[in-house]
Parts: sequence; C-alpha cells; structure tokens
Amino acid sequence: MLRLHPYEYHRPDTVAEAIALLSEHAGDAMPIAGGTDLVPNMKHKLFTPGHLVSLRGIEEMRGISENDDGFAIGAAASLDDVAKNPLVLEILPSLARACSLVSGPQLRRMGTIGGNVCLDTRCTYYNQTLFWRKALGYCLKKDGTACHVVKGGTRCVAAHSADAATALIPLEAELRIVGPDGERTSPIGGFFTSDGVWNRRMEPGEILVSIRVLRPGPRTRHSYQKLRARDSIDFPMLNLAIRVDFETDGVVADLRAAVSGMGSYPRKLGKLDAEAVGKPLSEEVVEQVAEQAFRQCHPLANIPVDLEWRRAMVPVLVRRALAEIGA
Amino acid sequence: MHPDELNALQRGGADDPEDLETLGSDAFRVLGHRNRKPEGMRKGTGREIYTDDLALPGMLHAKLLRSPHPHARIVSLDAQHTTQMPGVHEVITGADMPTPYGIIPWTRDEHALALDRVRYIGDALACVAAIDEDTASAAIESIDVEYDILPFYLEPEQALTDEAAAVPIHDPKRAGRNGNITKKVELEFGPVDDLMKASDVIVEGDYYFHGTTHAPIEPHCAIGNVDADGLLTVWSSTQVPHYLQRELARVLELDVARVRVVQPAVGGAFGGKSEPFDLEFCVALLALRTGRPVKLLYTREELFYSHRGRHPMNMWYRVGASRDGKLRAVDARSLLDGGAYASFGLVTTYYSGQLLTAPYELESYRFDSTRVYTNKPPCGPKRGHGSVQPRFAFEVSLDKVAAELEMDPIELRRRNFMGTGRTVNEFRVQSNGFLECLDAVERASEWKSKHGKLPYGRGVGVAGSCYISGTNYPIYPNEMPQAAVQVQIERSGRVSVLHGASEIGQGSDATMAAIAAEELGVPLGYVRVLSADTDLVPVDLGAYSSRETLMVGNACVHACRQVADRVRESVAGALRIPADRVRLAGGWAFDTDAPSDGDRRLPIAAAFQLAEAQHGTLGALGHYNTPKDGVHGEYRGGTIGASPAYSFTAHVAEVEVDSETGFVEVKTIWVAHDCGRALNPMLVEGQMEGSAYMGFAEAIMEQQIMKRGDPEAGLHDAPSLLDYRIPTSLDCPEFVALIVEAADPEGPYGAKEAGEGPLHPSLPAIANAIWDAVGVRMDSLPFTPDRVWRALRGHEAHGSGN
Repeated sequence: MLRLHPYEYHRPDTVAEAIALLSEHAGDAMPIAGGTDLVPNMKHKLFTPGHLVSLRGIEEMRGISENDDGFAIGAAASLDDVAKNPLVLEILPSLARACSLVSGPQLRRMGTIGGNVCLDTRCTYYNQTLFWRKALGYCLKKDGTACHVVKGGTRCVAAHSADAATALIPLEAELRIVGPDGERTSPIGGFFTSDGVWNRRMEPGEILVSIRVLRPGPRTRHSYQKLRARDSIDFPMLNLAIRVDFETDGVVADLRAAVSGMGSYPRKLGKLDAEAVGKPLSEEVVEQVAEQAFRQCHPLANIPVDLEWRRAMVPVLVRRALAEIGA
Repeated sequence: MHPDELNALQRGGADDPEDLETLGSDAFRVLGHRNRKPEGMRKGTGREIYTDDLALPGMLHAKLLRSPHPHARIVSLDAQHTTQMPGVHEVITGADMPTPYGIIPWTRDEHALALDRVRYIGDALACVAAIDEDTASAAIESIDVEYDILPFYLEPEQALTDEAAAVPIHDPKRAGRNGNITKKVELEFGPVDDLMKASDVIVEGDYYFHGTTHAPIEPHCAIGNVDADGLLTVWSSTQVPHYLQRELARVLELDVARVRVVQPAVGGAFGGKSEPFDLEFCVALLALRTGRPVKLLYTREELFYSHRGRHPMNMWYRVGASRDGKLRAVDARSLLDGGAYASFGLVTTYYSGQLLTAPYELESYRFDSTRVYTNKPPCGPKRGHGSVQPRFAFEVSLDKVAAELEMDPIELRRRNFMGTGRTVNEFRVQSNGFLECLDAVERASEWKSKHGKLPYGRGVGVAGSCYISGTNYPIYPNEMPQAAVQVQIERSGRVSVLHGASEIGQGSDATMAAIAAEELGVPLGYVRVLSADTDLVPVDLGAYSSRETLMVGNACVHACRQVADRVRESVAGALRIPADRVRLAGGWAFDTDAPSDGDRRLPIAAAFQLAEAQHGTLGALGHYNTPKDGVHGEYRGGTIGASPAYSFTAHVAEVEVDSETGFVEVKTIWVAHDCGRALNPMLVEGQMEGSAYMGFAEAIMEQQIMKRGDPEAGLHDAPSLLDYRIPTSLDCPEFVALIVEAADPEGPYGAKEAGEGPLHPSLPAIANAIWDAVGVRMDSLPFTPDRVWRALRGHEAHGSGN
C-alpha cells in the first residue's frame, strides 16, 4: 500500500501551544485537523512534514456559537456539524448545503470547515502518486518547473476545489487567523490569491481559528450549487454561490456570486448586479445574469473533464440557484 | 448401535418434527433455498482471512520497479547500490526469469519482469525484497535504469500503420507481418452479402466502447514461501490456482509437483485475477533466493497498471432485416485495443464475434475482428469477456431496426427468437428461456404503458443477451476432466467437500456445500468446504467464463451420488427394503413409503456409520468433462465460444435524462435471467444485481483511459478510486432481479451460469432508454453528462430536436 512518511504528532490543547509548536518546527511542521485533505496528499508525497500539529484537541476552535450580529464557527468544527446545525440550516442554508455536499459522510465527520477553507488546490497532474508524478517529470506546483495544464505557463493553475469557501464568499465571512505575531482578521473575499501553488494569504505558521458570518437581513436569500460526477462523493467540477438581497417589494437590491472549481481561487463574479438591481427576478433578468456569469467563466484543463461542457454548466447553475432563491 | 447413541445423533441437526411430514416429497430441501454462504458470517463480521492478512515469521516485503515510459529499450539496469542498502535482501530483474509466460499457450509474450523492453507505463522490470515495505520502496527508487525511448502507440489505428510496424511492440511471429497485431479472425456463416441486398431495412453504424477495469476491493497480493524440504508454496489472490501452479513451475523451472498454490479468500476478481501476474513469480523467486517468506501487495495504483480489463473496441455493424422484422444479415467489424500484452486476447478476439449468435436466429452472419497491441496496460477478460462490447453495438442496432420498422423493440426480439437447436455458427443450444425473460421484464417494467409514451426526458429501453456456462475446452489442450470434487464422510455426519473451484465471491463454495447437503441428506451446517489448494484438492481450471456451477457442480453431484448409493444400500439392508426406496434428506435416511414412521428411518449419521461398517471409509471422487459430440461446428475457431449450456438475459432500463446538464439518471433496471435452475435464488439474484450494476457502471461512469499530449502521453488518467469513478450504493438504480428457469440437460439439476450473462444488456438497454427519453442515439460509451450534452446539442444543431 501507499505508506506515510515518518513524522512526529503533537496534540496541543490551546491555540497558543499550537502556534508555539509550529514556530518551533518552522519549515518542517504543518497543522492537521481532520486530515482528510492532508493525509492523502502525504501518501502522494506532496507534503512530508516532520511534525504534525493537531488542532483537534483545541476546545476554543470547536463549536458553533451565535451572538448578536451573527455566528462564530470554530475552524475545527466538522463539516457534518456545520451541515446539520439547526441555526446554520435555518439562517445560512447555502453554507449548510455546501458543507453537506463535501465528499462522503465519513469524511464529513472527520473533515473540518477550516480545513475546507484552507483546502490545497487540486490538479490532475498534481494529485497523483510519486511514481506517476515522476514519470510525468513533475509539475510547477510540486517538484517541477513546467505546467501541463497551460503548456508553457509560468503560474500554477491548480483548481480551488472547496465547497464551503465558495459559499462563504457571498456571505462576506471574516476569517480569524492567529499567528506568532498575534491575531488578525481577513475578509474571505481577500483571502485567496491566484497562485495555485499556495493560494491562501496565510503564512505557514498561522492557524485559521474561526469563521465569523454576519446574520443576513430578513430579505436576503442565498443558494449553493455544485456540479459533480457522483452525487455520493466528489470534488466540484464547478460550484457557485449566489446571494440576493431584495427590497420589500421583491425588487433586487444587491446580487453577489462566487464561482470556483475552475481556477486557483474562488472568484467573485462582477457586474451581475448591473443586470438585476432595481428589477424583480424575472426570467429575462435571470437569463441576463446567467449570460453575464458565462462570459466571465473560463474553466481550465486542471480536471480531465470537457471544458466546453463545464463552462456551459455555469449558466445552468446560475439559473438553478436563482430559481431556488426566487422560489 | 446403542439406542442412546442414535438418540444423541438424532438431536444433532435433523429437521424439526413438522418438517418430517414433507420428508417423503421429492422437493429440494437445501437447493433452491435462500441459504447463507458458508463464508458469509466471516465476511460480514470482518473475520475473513485474505492473503494480506497472512503473516509468516521472518517475512520480507517486496516492491516492483515499474517503467515510467510507455515504450523503451532497457539499455542498462544497475542495482549495485540497492543490494547493499541496509534491510535489502534481494533484487531480481528480468534476466532472472527469462522464460516467457502467458495464459494462452500460443501467445506467451510476457516476462515476469521485463527482459529488455518495457511496453507501457507501469510495466515491471525489477523487484526488491526487504525487511519492510518502506525499505523496499526506498530500494526500488535507488535502482538506476537507462532507457532508450522508442516510439509508442496509444491508438490501435496508429499501431496498424507501416510506420509502427517498423518498430513494433512485439516482434512479429513471421517476417513481414505487423508485430502489433495479436490476432485477426474472419468468419462468415451464410451468404451475408446476398441477404443484406435482399433486406428491406438496413441499419449501419459505428460504435465505440471506451475501456474499463475490474476495480475489485482487494488488491492483488501474493506470498511466497519455501519450506524446510524445499517445497514452494504461493498464496495468492487469484482465480486460477491450477494455471498459476503450472506457469510458476514452467517459468521458475521447477517440478510442478513441488509447487503448491493456495488461494485464500478473495475480495473480488471479476476476471482481473484470472492469469498469472508479475508479483506471483517475484515472491516465489525471492522466497527461493532468500529462504524467507516474501509478500507483495499491490497498491491501488498498481491494479490500474496490471489491469486486464475490458478492451476498448471500435465496432462497425450493419444489420439487415425484412419488413416483418426478421434478421437476415449481420455484418460486423471490430478493432480491439489490446494494450501491451496478449493476455487472453486470442480468445477475446474470437469472443467478440462468436458469442453474438444467440438468442436470435441469424440467417447469415460475418465478423472480422482484429486485436492490436498498444503501449497501454494490457486488456484481458472482464466479466462478460469479449462479448459485452459487440452486444452493445448489436442491441442498439436492433433498436434502430425496430425504430425504422416502427415496431415495438420487444416484439422485434420475439420475432427473432431462435429457440433451441443450432446457432448460425453451429453452437448447440439445448435450453433457452429468453422469451420468458422478455415477458418478465416487459411485465415488471410496465413497458407497454411506458415505451414511447413517457414525457420528454424519461424513457425505457430493452436489450437481450446470451452467455456461456463455461468453455467447452480448457486453455491448454487435454482430454482430462475439467472439474473434480472429492467428498468424504466423517462418522459424526459431517461431510467434507474438497474441490478446486475458486471462491471469488460468486458462491462456488456455497453451491458445492448445498449440492452435498442435498445429495447426502445432511443439514447444510454439516458440510465443510475446502477449496483451491493445489496440494489438497482435485484439479479445477478456475473461476472464469462462468464455469463453476455447471462443471464443478456436476462433479460434485457425481461424487456425492457414489457415496449416497452406498449409504442407501446399507440402509436398505438394515430396513429390509429395496435400495430405491431409501432417501437421504433433512438429516435422515428413510423409507420413502413411510417417511414419518420412526421405525423406518435412521438419523443420517447412523446411516453413514452403517455404510462405513459395510463398505469401508466413505468417500468418493467425482469429475466432469464437457460433451464433445455435436456441441459446435468443425471449422477453425468453431470450438471457441462453444459451451455445454447457454444462459439468456433481458433487461429493461428506465432513465431520466437532464437535458440541460446531460446527466443520465438510471432509475430502475429490471433484469430477467435464465439461469437454468436457481440452486440458491439469493445468490443468483445477487449475481444478477451485481452484473447489472457493473454494466450500468461501465455505461454511465467508469473509464480506463490514458492521457494524450506531451509529456503526459501514456500516463493513466486516473489511477485511484477517487478519480476512476465507480458508482457507490447511493448512485445506483433500483435493480429488480427476475429469475427464469429453463433447465438445461447439461447442467446440475438443469443449472446454468448467472455471474456474467446478466451484465451484457445493461449498456444497450440504457442507450436505448436514452433514445426513448430524448431522441438521441448514444453509440459511443460512456454516457457521461458531457457526452450526452454534446449529443443533445448536436441533435439540436441538426434541427431534429424535440
């Protein structure tokens, strides 16, 4: 079987201890929560840290709490906990939906929402065994110099493939990140970069501790859509989250959307509001929004699936999301 | 015998008193019932012992070095450093086993480790035994290999060119031929061209099957061990212990009598373990060299390289029919993409044509099949060997004929039903329940209210098929029996059945246990089965081409009846009645004229003891050989595809097509299968559902494909179970299994196969249902959403959309 490399496993009780351990072994340590992304990647020798710092024993990183203006979701809360939390289901249904569509039931119970936000990018030339990657001659993201998705490309375009992260963008979530220099917050919209090698604005010694989501207004609706090969278990070939704020009379006040599964980061779609604001969600408006979204999306061959089809599914997902929102 | 002893025996496992009332009837008491498999509890509770669960003292672990190139000459291989690494015990290369092997004696084109050339990415060329897996893994990385890169061919059409023939993947057997051709078969039965011309309707089309692998849950694993006397034992997750034993002896140049192959429990095979593999030779030689046990377990990735899965096939079919729907001429041409080695390819090439000739009466038929080597993992036999792809092309063609004639596709199939007798290629069919299969799926699916009548996006499709119950001839020519069983009786009433069949989940152990219990009148729990250990059980050829129930079953009946006759004779003597009035059933030996009379019966153990006292220790060997008279035609190739008995299947599939996304959801597959006689209906239904599932998975999702483009050409697209997608239980349709029993005179109690036939119609039935749902023909597999979406768009573009 594929074997893991030898490593030392640490299980701190507090965030401070975890940060200290990561600093102590800087360059040779990684945090691990559910391990559902990291462990397979370690088996493929994509990461071989000598120290793993577990976040599972840190009480303050677990649990979902409600306060006056919204929610604080511990980064180490399992995807299953988030998906089934009654408050999340009621108030943030698109997030609950996104979490419920990650992988399969066993992995959702292990995997965490923080791990999903920090999920490593994925690519058909990267998520392979050492034998396979060596036979290929490696790639830009790991051990090599050439990109095989965009021949001659100098920037890694491995696909951001997380569900929860995409859903959190229209919800304008804030990430609470702790590092050796203290604590900071980062709006999720600015968290990702276009570099597929490491697409998070987060230093290796930092930990995502919690996610804050403001309570949406009473006339806000949102939807999450995922395109995957199997309904039982699969990464997204494409995903989409839309949030619409309505006026009292059913007229659109604001419309925001994020898509992912195509390039290295979840993208906010621009100009969608221009088509919709000030109008009710008529069939015509839906079609205009869908068309605008289609024009902005260009999937890449980082997943071996028909590019033209994947792109054509963008307006389909937009229509389905808006139908759900309008219903 | 002391009465207390008899009473004690009487309590042990005999039927309940109310059951005694029925003792006199002829009805089966074990067969035909939904009995649990003997290994069921072990598997269900995780206690089964598979090869990788075995550990021997001092055992070493081996790893294979595999080629990173699709086609290259090995210029040099330097393992000097490797042998000196701490923990490394032995390194072997192709030169250590220069004798070529191959499951088919006429196409031995493989070496345990590549000799001088590697032919696909993943071809093994060296093997290391070390103290543990990590050391072995590090060791193979340290081997220096210099390659001379050769041109490679990923498309069969490309391998056929003169350019490719100049640097072929294998040297041609005769000068001037293209070494890239494994086999070419052309056969014609009846005047195809004349009857095609005379046909009222002709349907012609190109079809494509894409290639799939078996994906068993258990990866291949083997352990080699040499005992103090120098006897070699190989434990292996194989479905052909006998062939493995022979090939091990041949390649390692050992006396075959000093090689033992033991097959522990197998966690799925589906044809993917039906020939020898590199790892089995390697653990054997490494054990011989080191004197220590050696284990090698494939990684999941390695299964995709060892492969032997279903051949990609380009097919062209032309079918001519008369106005009333009768088939007049079938003309077929197939190009089989074989991958780097022959495997069973010679047989596959024949099967791609020979197995198409039932259940329909073909007035004339011609096929032209060519198997070509390519620089990809070798293809071989997968459940429904060679005939799943042509069956897809043909059954879709029939649907098109029906559409042209505006005839119900089930009615078209009925009109062409061949019944029993001879197929156009002269196979003898003695039983045929296909019409009942059609009736069953038509009724259960409510076909008449659905076909052509469901709203856009929803549809039903039908397809039929035929399969063999074992091959009439063994893989290496010989006149000896194909199967044998030893039965022995212990005084407690316990019965041991020793047989060579490979239990791979299909239920051969369960079937032999049930036959023995039925024939010898003991409760099922009294039967122990020992199978697939070449030192201890009689020869059987293995679990392939659906042969075990019929062949080993017949051998088991033969053995049991010899013993039962002796027991009946002794009981008859004791009861002073004629032997033909004694029946053994339900834990008793009794007078059929008075089954409930306590004085006229004996507990079965007492009966065995009587017989043992009279005849000596009770036991018998039974065997089975296939009929050789009039089973097939006397033309070249006429024996290939011939079987003692043929099974028949019909499916109706109901689908829902999302015309926006192209996703096809298969809602239900109704599977009716003529298995001759269901010796255990639960196991037969399990095989029917499992087969239909596998066909459905290949139709909708599974794809064994290699990357194209530079530098990734020849790399497997997705060698993991995350990316090689197989449907989980959540992705499955409902399967409705409908057993049909048209007993065959060759089968034990009339039984025929059930493990492979029910796969075939899944693919065309789904294709035909998609046509019914959205009006597009999916002639090219698989029906993934992108492909269906493209077909729908092409359909719209041509202005014929709904």
